[in-house]
Amino acid sequence: MQRTDRWVGLGLATLALAVLWTARAFPQVPGQKLGAAFLPMIIGAGLLLCALALIVRSLRAGAYPAQAAERPAEHFGSALVIIGAVIAYLLLAERIGFLFIAPLCLMAVFLALRVRWRSALWWSLGGTLVVHLAFYKLLRVPLPWGPLTPFY
Amino acid sequence: MDAVATAAALVFQPYVMLVILLSAVYGLFVGAIPGLTATMATALLVPVTFFMAPIPAVAAIVTATAMAIFSGDIPSALLRMPGTPASAAYTDEAYLLTRKGQAEVALGAGLVFSVLGGIFGVLVLCVAAPALAEVALNFSSFEYFWLVMLGFTCAIFIAGNDPVKGLVSLLLGLLISVVGLENPAGAPRYTFGSPELMGGIDLIPLMIGMFAVSEILRYAVVVAKPPKITERPFGNVFAGMWTLVKKYPMALLRGSALGTLVGALPGAGADIAAWMAYAVSKRFSKEPEKFGTGHVEGIVEAGAANNSALGGAWIPALVFGIPGDSITAIAIGVLYLKGMNPGPTLFVNNPQNIYAVFIVFLLAQILMLPLGWMAIKVAKRILSIPANVLMPLILLFCIVGSFAINNSSFGIVVTLLAGILGFCMERWGFPIAPTILGVVLGTMLEQHFFSSLIKADGNFLVFFERPIAGTLGAVCLAVWLWPLGRSLLRRGRAKQR
Repeated sequence: MQRTDRWVGLGLATLALAVLWTARAFPQVPGQKLGAAFLPMIIGAGLLLCALALIVRSLRAGAYPAQAAERPAEHFGSALVIIGAVIAYLLLAERIGFLFIAPLCLMAVFLALRVRWRSALWWSLGGTLVVHLAFYKLLRVPLPWGPLTPFY
Repeated sequence: MDAVATAAALVFQPYVMLVILLSAVYGLFVGAIPGLTATMATALLVPVTFFMAPIPAVAAIVTATAMAIFSGDIPSALLRMPGTPASAAYTDEAYLLTRKGQAEVALGAGLVFSVLGGIFGVLVLCVAAPALAEVALNFSSFEYFWLVMLGFTCAIFIAGNDPVKGLVSLLLGLLISVVGLENPAGAPRYTFGSPELMGGIDLIPLMIGMFAVSEILRYAVVVAKPPKITERPFGNVFAGMWTLVKKYPMALLRGSALGTLVGALPGAGADIAAWMAYAVSKRFSKEPEKFGTGHVEGIVEAGAANNSALGGAWIPALVFGIPGDSITAIAIGVLYLKGMNPGPTLFVNNPQNIYAVFIVFLLAQILMLPLGWMAIKVAKRILSIPANVLMPLILLFCIVGSFAINNSSFGIVVTLLAGILGFCMERWGFPIAPTILGVVLGTMLEQHFFSSLIKADGNFLVFFERPIAGTLGAVCLAVWLWPLGRSLLRRGRAKQR
């Protein structure tokens, strides 16, 4: 955790500086000393102080060897597939329609989570139909039809 | 009295009853599956409640969360895996009881004392909320400013064990809240020219991301092995419960009171209430040596505490619009969507709505007894559903749900980014509750600060002139300065030696 804190602290400090830099341009409230920049300035300054505290703390603790904690095996690939599936949905839903993109995304995520091929296929199709029925038919959410638009 | 009758008429309708029943089953199911939390249950419900009238919408959330917090105890006892974080405090205790062949006692105590604790929380809510609302009617921007600050203080100092990381979480939440046009100058802040961002970042897609998508990512990264369940059929879970009530009346009362109080404090919810109650129970027990060996006393006290926290959390949520926990943070979003803006005037103008919430709360607790019993009966079936089949389906639900709030893909973008942020924060040890509080209360803080500033006309002491505002302000300052004072005191003592 200590080593990560250092990098997180650096990231937060960069964010804080960006917030402080951009906040200068926010306008004043007419007739007041403070304006739209006040809260962002406070947030920026607070974040900067916390970031410094995190960095200093992790550097101080760094002198002592940290105990290596046993972590179970981790699968970051699966998480990337999930993120990729959502991005694919965002990019393609309007173009190819919900009924095509949803089972594809589901299939990818099922397989990434090691569900067997055949059951993944059935769950993907079934899940898509149930969600479509619930949201499009019952709740009247305008899910995109894509190329099927002329037919529905 | 008229308002109560109108409220009852609002609740006791076939449609609302059906909603309550379905959300109870849903809550029991979600709570019983490890990895799916009560907050996630609420976040996933919102897109559906979006299309309901205010009362059934609130009823769905209240019922589902109460059930989920109880049913989190089921996998705790049977698999040594808490179904929701609120059961984590006594998971080992419950599992050891099961190992001793007393699964019925663990499950029964979880159920019965959840119901009793829950009823206690509701009764306090029914009495305290209207009384507080009466006082809050006279509140000015000064009181609200300090209340929000006190909420932030609680979230930083109580909700996590690292105040620096808690503060970072809060500031990130505030940073999210400043996006958009809603500020004293009416100027666009961090909108990057996008019309979507002008209105600010929508709370619901953000919550779905932080509480559901982040959980799915976490599951994908750390895949747990499917657990094994005992094959033995359960006996009567209610047997011996009356004896327990007679044996541990103080534990029940103390757990319920502590739970309600912790629930009412912003930023801390059922999970922290359970941990604290378990520790208090061990401290005051006549047989502390039995804790950790499969002893039911801790389950009695902490089980009551986590359900009473739910009622407690609604007190500040309804009276001030300040959420007591993450669940009420989402619920406040729903109340605003439904035009039931929380605040003391809600108690004056629409008391029937408030009473309806109370009735639903009580109904949910009473319903928990038979439905919880049934959930225990079918527990083995629920627990054998593989999570790797559920998670992708929940992901699709998240995508469509966040789209449905504004019928815009921008909601999905917010959900995805919030999911990644929530996942990283949890991994790096930053608590999520203060972020949520910052997002929910950021605009309120800025509004009340600026209107107070205009009234004060440059004199900061005016912030402390009114008695309640002064007290709240003094408490805040004391909590902030306490760590500094303590370290100075220690240094002084060390020098003297």
